[in-house]
Amino acid sequence: MERIPILKMGSFLLVTIQVDLYDRLALNLESDLINMVSKTGARGVLIDISAVSIVDSFMGRILGNIASMSRIMDAETVVVGMQPAVAITLVELGLTLQGVYTALDVEKGMELLQKKIDLYAPQSEDEEEQSPDDYTD
Amino acid sequence: MITLTKDTMQIVREQDVVPFRNRVREYATKIGMSLVNQTKLITAASELVRNMLKYASGGKVILEIISKNAQSGVRLTFVDEGPGIENVQQAMQDGFSTGKSLGLGLPGARRLVNEFNISSTPGQGTTVTVIHWKHGR
Amino acid sequence: MDNNNTAQLLQRKKREILESWMNNQLADEALRDDLISNEELRRQSEELLEALLKAISNGNFENVYSSEYEQITDILSDVSVTRARQGFSPRETNMYVLSLKQALTDTLEQERRNQPEVLYREILMVNKLLDNLALTTFETYLKGREEVILRQTDEINEISTPVIRVWDGILALPIIGTLDSSRTQIVMENLLQEIVNTGSSIAILDISGVPAVDSLVAQHLIKTVSATRLMGAECIISGVRAEIAQTIVHLGIDLSNIKTKASLASALQLAFGMLNIEVRKAGNSRSLK
Repeated sequence: MERIPILKMGSFLLVTIQVDLYDRLALNLESDLINMVSKTGARGVLIDISAVSIVDSFMGRILGNIASMSRIMDAETVVVGMQPAVAITLVELGLTLQGVYTALDVEKGMELLQKKIDLYAPQSEDEEEQSPDDYTD
Repeated sequence: MITLTKDTMQIVREQDVVPFRNRVREYATKIGMSLVNQTKLITAASELVRNMLKYASGGKVILEIISKNAQSGVRLTFVDEGPGIENVQQAMQDGFSTGKSLGLGLPGARRLVNEFNISSTPGQGTTVTVIHWKHGR
Repeated sequence: MDNNNTAQLLQRKKREILESWMNNQLADEALRDDLISNEELRRQSEELLEALLKAISNGNFENVYSSEYEQITDILSDVSVTRARQGFSPRETNMYVLSLKQALTDTLEQERRNQPEVLYREILMVNKLLDNLALTTFETYLKGREEVILRQTDEINEISTPVIRVWDGILALPIIGTLDSSRTQIVMENLLQEIVNTGSSIAILDISGVPAVDSLVAQHLIKTVSATRLMGAECIISGVRAEIAQTIVHLGIDLSNIKTKASLASALQLAFGMLNIEVRKAGNSRSLK
């Protein structure tokens, strides 16, 4: 059976969707990803959809599911590279992908994930304390 | 209104969805529809064809290129012989679903296309006709 | 049956009708030989006459909406839309059909000289049919003009929604005039495309130039913000005037999910903060170091 490859990069998982997904393939991707998150203990999932020309409500639901499931397992999901036409269509359709983070490209998505993870990580706390208002003196 | 090109596609399995979407794209490209309008039309078509598979286990779609008052457009007619819809008005509301979906299919599709018509007889089937004009209005 | 008779008679006299129609058209002072050549006019006329004779060959002079008349309606639509675009006046456009009426009645008059009742009935019938067709022509002529207007509106829309790159990673889009759905579409397309092109992560939508914000306009703004977010960029709305804030609250529109600022300057400041950019006077920064 056809499958979408999932790459592991450090503590992140990267999926690049290159083909129009039919339902079975999308459902496979959902379960494969969640299994990978659990197996590798990944902290973030990046889904690159820059090559996807159509996102309908089914596909939107899969993306939402992946995000919610990963969050339960302590991993954040970022969808990157959505085409303008797809974004306009999704808004018109009434689907705003609540709970899913978005970024312009993989690089920015990585940055975003890193920031989200740092935010919750204990060692970054002392940095947090001294950051604001230091330009006043 | 005159029909310039006409074709019929049988939809019986979920694997038919992607080839069907490609055919719709072919038609939309033929009349020079812009990318955003193409995406809207194909997404609407995708929603409707999924509905057809889910509730009526398939049916057929008539694809046409039509012309009216020197403007061209694509007309899609989805015909199934499924259980039909008891309350069409209710089915057209956002968030209503008898299945487990988001309930965006019918109302979302209506928002994406220029003209939308639905008629249904319980026990006999449902026919949905959508038209999207080249310039999207 | 009588109608069939008339149709056959007209079919027989096709050549003469075409000649007399052409003469009528060429003689009329409304002829625009600067816009259309005589050969082109003849070709158009011949095509229409042929289609008309075919349509009436079954004796249907009444129902111009039936399938027999489809071809005629198409030809007429085509002719009048083209003429509307080329700048023909309504009179000049309609003259085309009305002069055919003259040619048809002239022919009938000659042929039925000895049967006044038949002539009377036939002329009434032909008149009614051609009047109908003239109305169709006029209708599509108007549609053609509307299309011209629509196209111009599109062009104005295109011009009036510039996307400005104010800083590395920050776009600004001043909206001037009313924001309707087709305008929103263009704004969204331009903005999102520019976000992709420049890789910007913040877009500022300045609505100082929007005269009023009602619930529909607000909905369009919310849509634009949502689409921007789906792409992975953040959207700030600036230029919210006091009266706009008032109407928004009175209408019960929820903008709490959207970052709003009173001026473009403060929106820019917010954007700098979000991107961790610091901007200060050169003298000041030197003295600090």
